[in-house]
Amino acid sequence: MTSQLGHFSLIFCIFFSIFIIFQSINFFFSKKIIFKSSLLSLIFLQLFFVIVSFLSLLTAFLYSDFSNVTVYNNSHTSKPLFYKISGVWGNHEGSLLLWLLVLTLFLFIFVLSSKKVENKYKLLTIVFQEIIIFGFLIFIVFTSNPFEYLYPTPNEGLGLNPILQDPALAIHPPILYLGYVGSSLIFSSSLSAIINNGVNPEWAKHIKSWVFTSWIFLTLGIMVGSIWAYYELGWGGFWFWDPVENVSLMPWFCLTALLHSIVVLEKRNFLKKWTIILSIATFALSMSGTFLVRSGILNSIHTFANDPSRGLFILIFLFLLIIMAVTILFLNYKSEETRPNNFILLSKETAVLINNWFMMFFLSVVLIGTVYPIFLEVLTNEKISVGAPFYQKLMVPFLIPFLIFMSFGPRLRWIKNNFNKLNFKLIFIFIVTSLISYIIVKYSGVRYLFSTLLISSSFFLLFNTLVDLFKKTVQFPQKISHFAFSVLILSILINGIFSKEFNSNMKVGDELKFMNKTIIFKSVNFEEEKNYKLLKGNFKIIESGKKSLNFIPEIRIYNQPVVSTSEADIKTTLFNDNFIVFTLLKEDEIFNVRYQYKPFMIWIWISILALTFGGILAIIKK
Amino acid sequence: MTQKNINFLITTIVIIFIFFIFFISLNKKNIYTNEEIKIKNIESFKTKELFSGNIIDFTSLIDKKKKITVLNIWASWCLPCRDEHEFLMELSKIQNVTIIGLNYKDNKDNAKSFIKEFGNPFDIILIDDKGLISIDIGAYGVPETYLINNFDKKIIKKYIGPIDNVKFKKIISLIKL
Repeated sequence: MTSQLGHFSLIFCIFFSIFIIFQSINFFFSKKIIFKSSLLSLIFLQLFFVIVSFLSLLTAFLYSDFSNVTVYNNSHTSKPLFYKISGVWGNHEGSLLLWLLVLTLFLFIFVLSSKKVENKYKLLTIVFQEIIIFGFLIFIVFTSNPFEYLYPTPNEGLGLNPILQDPALAIHPPILYLGYVGSSLIFSSSLSAIINNGVNPEWAKHIKSWVFTSWIFLTLGIMVGSIWAYYELGWGGFWFWDPVENVSLMPWFCLTALLHSIVVLEKRNFLKKWTIILSIATFALSMSGTFLVRSGILNSIHTFANDPSRGLFILIFLFLLIIMAVTILFLNYKSEETRPNNFILLSKETAVLINNWFMMFFLSVVLIGTVYPIFLEVLTNEKISVGAPFYQKLMVPFLIPFLIFMSFGPRLRWIKNNFNKLNFKLIFIFIVTSLISYIIVKYSGVRYLFSTLLISSSFFLLFNTLVDLFKKTVQFPQKISHFAFSVLILSILINGIFSKEFNSNMKVGDELKFMNKTIIFKSVNFEEEKNYKLLKGNFKIIESGKKSLNFIPEIRIYNQPVVSTSEADIKTTLFNDNFIVFTLLKEDEIFNVRYQYKPFMIWIWISILALTFGGILAIIKK
Repeated sequence: MTQKNINFLITTIVIIFIFFIFFISLNKKNIYTNEEIKIKNIESFKTKELFSGNIIDFTSLIDKKKKITVLNIWASWCLPCRDEHEFLMELSKIQNVTIIGLNYKDNKDNAKSFIKEFGNPFDIILIDDKGLISIDIGAYGVPETYLINNFDKKIIKKYIGPIDNVKFKKIISLIKL
């Protein structure tokens, strides 16, 4: 019953889309360009019906209505309430409905919040956004309908992938989508600005908050995904250069570049075309990400139902949008860009440009690593996989100049600088950095030149951003974010270089020595939970001169479907994480035990939070 | 041609090129590969039967009067297994063949209700509750189908992934050869 309601709401929405596009174009071409409140009501109604549709899917999940195919495939009566709810977007159909919900919601907020901008610009943005919404609606209704009916009604569902039964993962897709969908609005509004010949500081000022919003959600979304990978997958890492992870990182680089260039456009009326290209590229990358993941071209733990017809639809839709955007860019963009008369090499403008080049470089590395295997397979039928060493080799050498540049780039002023004051402090910081790096390198046995340089340059950045924190010339949100970024880079580095791992097969009662620690496997207990069976391991780690630590990692064997997962037990302190995970090898007797020591792990999460906090401040301050 | 037009042309060509690469890779199936292995003896194993619980030796099931044994690894929780089930049903109508199901890491009740719901194409269903037998045979996952020559007990063909129309026709032609 609710399913039918949801289904018909979606069909209503298609008509609303057509009607809104028609109305907006009508208003746009009328003699006196007006924006009637009726249009706002239409947009609101569309949002309303999408919400109805979303709620009816939610109800179907809550009441375990297995006459709905999506519910049947992805839920189970024994599933806890929280995961019944997250089951709504834990599958292909439902996640698209969530995309749609966010799309319509953002459009509504956009229209509400842009009362002061020109009508013709607003109207065209609505048109482009509705084209995207229309595409998604058609996609959902005709190829991925979440409301398909199943008869006879099964008594029990097939369950949700238990790896996905995790709080971090339940909120990961929605947050990431907020970021992706935000970029669609940037896309629409930049196209509208091109046609209206309105790529100017006012536009930049208006769209800036959307750029920040998308960036914040994208950053948080990526972080939550990594947190999940760290805690749930039990491999001990948080970033694996998995193609699907890369796919979310690419728009992030692009958006970060845009975040900086849009400020130049706002303040100096410069980098216009570049900003537009970034706006279009960000959205294109977000959509390609969705395409590559959903079509099953990229395979990973994120695999959803693979159906070529779905992939084909997104592919065609995506490329139609890109070709439309490129055509509009080339045909309508009036190049009036002249370098400002007072353009000087050492200025904030140049600093932002250099930042953008670095971002584009990192983006290309990830792009090539992700897409090249696909191209190679099509062209030569050869299968290769690109792993972490590729990214590290290509990125690390460029990370060093990037970090050094970032240390003083943000201090440059608009238009022109005077240098006299910079020097003394820089030299002092340089000396301190060299000392600290020397000590670290000497006492920890880092043997590679690159690691040494990386550590030094990130300390250099850390101290410089720290000094900036107490300066008045730099904007407050920027200070926070840049400082947080330097902490992030430093913690990732230290974590990467100084992590230690121990991996062995053990039986109950075994004792093993590792470094200066003793790992004791005390016992295994069996327990029964609501939707899974539980094996609790009991480990003890004794380190001379320190308090011994007890670990209780788990193996969960889920009923529906029968899958086993390992839950790591992680002891987190401010300085390091101790991490034990075990998996079943044979007959409930022999286990594979992995112990990891990971310094500064928590600082990675804290610094990303601080990074986004800077972004939030930037929006509020505006 | 102006510089702008040339840029436009190049961009468009690049975009179309990327489109075609994606388009082609979309139609490539990179999950299931139809692997044809070297001829290899089937491992013998003993395990329980699903309905009766009797312990059965797999090699005793190979009937020399018939030509080919089909061993299908399946599970009730496996969605592609549902898709291939109709082909198995079709296959079970052929006289000259024994179809043996190997129920992989499954809940017995679910497996039984699966058979009740979709029909039973198997002459006998064996249980592999720990998944170890499948590993011994050399399976990558579910579903997988093996064709075994009854005369010399050798695997002549292995199909990874669900049986579809193409694979079904190949199997039929091998059985009727």
